[in-house]
Amino acid sequence: MAKASMERLFDGADWDFSTIQRIHDACQRIAIDELGLDVYPNQIEIITAEQMLDVYSSIGMPLFYKHWSFGKHFAHHEAFYRKGLRGLAYEIVINSSPCISYLMEENTATMQALVIAHAAFGHNHFFKNNYLFKLWTDAEGILEYLNFAKGYITRCEERYGHAAVERTLDAAHALMSHGVHRYAGRKTPSLREEETRERERREYDERIFNDLWRTVPVGKGKVMPDLDLERRRAIAGLPQENVLYFLEKMAPRLKPWQREILRIVRHVAQYFYPQSQTKVMNEGTATYVHYRIMTRLHELGGIGDGDFLEFLKSHTNVVFQPTFNDQRYSGLNPYALGFAMMQDIERIVTKPKEEDRLWFPEIAGTGDAMAVLRDLWANYRDESFVSQFLSPHLMRQMRMFHLTDDPQEEEGLRVAAIHDERGYRRIRRELARQYDVGWIDPHIEIVDVDLAGDRRLLVKHTVLNGGFLEDADAKRVLQHLADLWSYDVLMQEVDSTGLVLREHLTHPRLSSVAA
Amino acid sequence: MHIVDRRLNPGGKSLENRQRFLRRAKALVQRAVYESSQNRDIQDILKGGEISIPLDGTEEPRFHRGPEGLREHILPGNKEFLEGDILPRPDSGGGKPKAGGEGSGEDAFRFILTRDEFLDLFLDDLELPDLAKKRLVSADQINPVRSGYSVTGSPANLAINRTMRLAMMRRVALHRPKPETVAKLAAEAAECKDDERRAALEAEIKLLESKVRRIPYIDPIDIRYRRFENEPKPVAQAVMFCLMDVSGSMSEHMKDLAKRFYMLLYIFLTRQYRRVEIVFIRHTDVAEEVDEETFFRSPATGGTQVSSALEAMRRILQDRFPPSDWNIYAAQASDGDNAYSDNATAAALLTDAILPVSQYFAYLEVGEARSVAISSGSALWSLYERIQAGWPVLSMRRVSDRSQIYPVFHDLFQRRAAETRSG
Repeated sequence: MAKASMERLFDGADWDFSTIQRIHDACQRIAIDELGLDVYPNQIEIITAEQMLDVYSSIGMPLFYKHWSFGKHFAHHEAFYRKGLRGLAYEIVINSSPCISYLMEENTATMQALVIAHAAFGHNHFFKNNYLFKLWTDAEGILEYLNFAKGYITRCEERYGHAAVERTLDAAHALMSHGVHRYAGRKTPSLREEETRERERREYDERIFNDLWRTVPVGKGKVMPDLDLERRRAIAGLPQENVLYFLEKMAPRLKPWQREILRIVRHVAQYFYPQSQTKVMNEGTATYVHYRIMTRLHELGGIGDGDFLEFLKSHTNVVFQPTFNDQRYSGLNPYALGFAMMQDIERIVTKPKEEDRLWFPEIAGTGDAMAVLRDLWANYRDESFVSQFLSPHLMRQMRMFHLTDDPQEEEGLRVAAIHDERGYRRIRRELARQYDVGWIDPHIEIVDVDLAGDRRLLVKHTVLNGGFLEDADAKRVLQHLADLWSYDVLMQEVDSTGLVLREHLTHPRLSSVAA
Repeated sequence: MHIVDRRLNPGGKSLENRQRFLRRAKALVQRAVYESSQNRDIQDILKGGEISIPLDGTEEPRFHRGPEGLREHILPGNKEFLEGDILPRPDSGGGKPKAGGEGSGEDAFRFILTRDEFLDLFLDDLELPDLAKKRLVSADQINPVRSGYSVTGSPANLAINRTMRLAMMRRVALHRPKPETVAKLAAEAAECKDDERRAALEAEIKLLESKVRRIPYIDPIDIRYRRFENEPKPVAQAVMFCLMDVSGSMSEHMKDLAKRFYMLLYIFLTRQYRRVEIVFIRHTDVAEEVDEETFFRSPATGGTQVSSALEAMRRILQDRFPPSDWNIYAAQASDGDNAYSDNATAAALLTDAILPVSQYFAYLEVGEARSVAISSGSALWSLYERIQAGWPVLSMRRVSDRSQIYPVFHDLFQRRAAETRSG
């Protein structure tokens, strides 16, 4: 162990702002100089437990528009918290520039150090460098955009009434997970430009408004020229899997402000889309980084042995993975899996075994673990990360196995693969698939609309492995969809050959959103 | 890096969202509030608190996979299985591993309401009937009430004890010489032969005397006056009489029904009045005033004479609750039995002494659970029915099941024009 070469950062559990500053600076030296991380500037905010609950319930954002569902979540978390059934997260970190990390005032000095290492350096580096975040999120603009969204929705409520806005938001939220572009097409404008565009649109509308036009006699409506099917679809941009985008552009009876609300919800969904694809990597990165930083702080004498033990206890809790037959088991813990994989990669890079050289010829034994990890953090998401870097060694260590639950099979669940030579690749492929949003989210597309005829919307759900949509919820969502579209909506659940297995037809409600 | 301390930022950012949620889930919360109030004491019900409400109606639906079809899981912790092993299906719900993104299993969650939220929801569209004395609310009488001391005031309010105490404290603190000390020194000086000694003594006496002059016995700063504050005397006050027949024929179930009714009445009055007194009167053939515990729990037995309770109520009214100051409410619960000979007395008491001063007199006839509806009224019922013709403040209802209490109460106290009220 290296000789102590750093002033002790703090003594005991108490901290003040100068302690935080010292901790941050010490972490920064290690993160930047030794680990080679690249981060947004940090902003650290100290908040109380109640404020933490607040942030929680508005999906982790510091400012957000008002909606009853956030109140529901707040009440829910609060009830649990008050009963002591559930602790609060130690930190929440926002993907913005500057990167905002919330620290709870109740934390001890050691915990604050852990949180700073974890959030302000681990997550921060990941947000800044991962390609998905680079492609889809606008760290500079997000807070400003949310501020605009909040104000816009408040103004809508004043003008059009709470109920109307609430109905629109409810409907938009129901479709939120189908409001993202999965593939980058043309360059999306930044959120700041979005805000400016909306303002310009409104100013333009106001400028050209002239009440006289109302009195101009209306002639006979122009007859829509008959278009062939393909052309009609092309004009409507079909098939389209971004349902919210389609409604915003095409729904015939939405008012401009409703389109803007759909747009806001869609932007928020898009902002969170990378996070849902990188849970394992994001938490793994942060955990790996805090582990490295805290260990180094201890080596240098920045934190004492007692503090280091306190840290290890929290760390162990975070990366604890109960086995499948344990009462506490609730799926694979992304912290545990991510951290284990990154440690495993470090091992492969520095001390590879024969097996590792065979499986990972490009990285095994190259020696510079941080360089390899930085590259992974930048260029992978959970699915590709697992499918390429889950090693046999780790599968054995975690004793992974693959269970198939086939309703056709009367006897029970079949063990399809275990951690042996025959099983490694299958387990790896199957696990990667579980992190593939393309597999997790139901595949829903708008395939056709008869704009010249009865305007019925045709939506298709492609059923994989007999997994139909849950019926009651699907009906509710379709109701929202029909209300926004304001004409009938037909959903077909089809198998991969295109055979229609189920159909749901929904009519818009009379007091529908667009009425 | 910079650090921002947000702890002093106004909290309660979620308040508005919370209110929106309550507004939305109102019907559900209302039902839950009612259910949770069933297990509480009368006074306890004012505390608000935790309720659990079902999530339907506040659901946020998403498209997600249903339970059908083939599923694949990757699990950690295999110790014994080999490829191709078949595991028995766990019972649905128990221990079956859930894949991420699978439907949420929660069907209800607990929710903490503040006292006001609780009551608002509980009493949403109820209103006191016939608020003849409501004008009194604004016409509070003003009573001066002692409230500490002040340094200014009129001589009549001089607080002598307090003033003297302060003066003494000051004298002790400043070492004002006592007269005895000076007298003693003077005596010593008079008898002293030694000139030098006498001069010293006289100098000391002089010093002490000047000190006495400088430190007065009572200084203006010691003076204190009694302070009075004008406290409005709450006139908007109500008394609620709970009359209950506890003779052997009243079962626990019936008492429980009555209790629930009183509970509602109590909350209801507390919302309207600054002070609500409850008087519990139980009766067999004799009546007594008791506390809540005895009222509802302790057994008693004997014959039944309703007039005894009415007489007790009349007496208590006369002694403690002059109708000019109090709004008087009564709720009587009984199974309807009464000694035949007693009816005339009871009727006279009601029409002469009680109904004229009452805001509202509710008669609740309680029946055994799941008993068939009583076709012809009981003795008491028909008696009250006759009286009711001339006294609209008397209302009567029959209840035999817990679930009827709230509707009946609701019905009795519904918002409506006084004249359209009928029994």
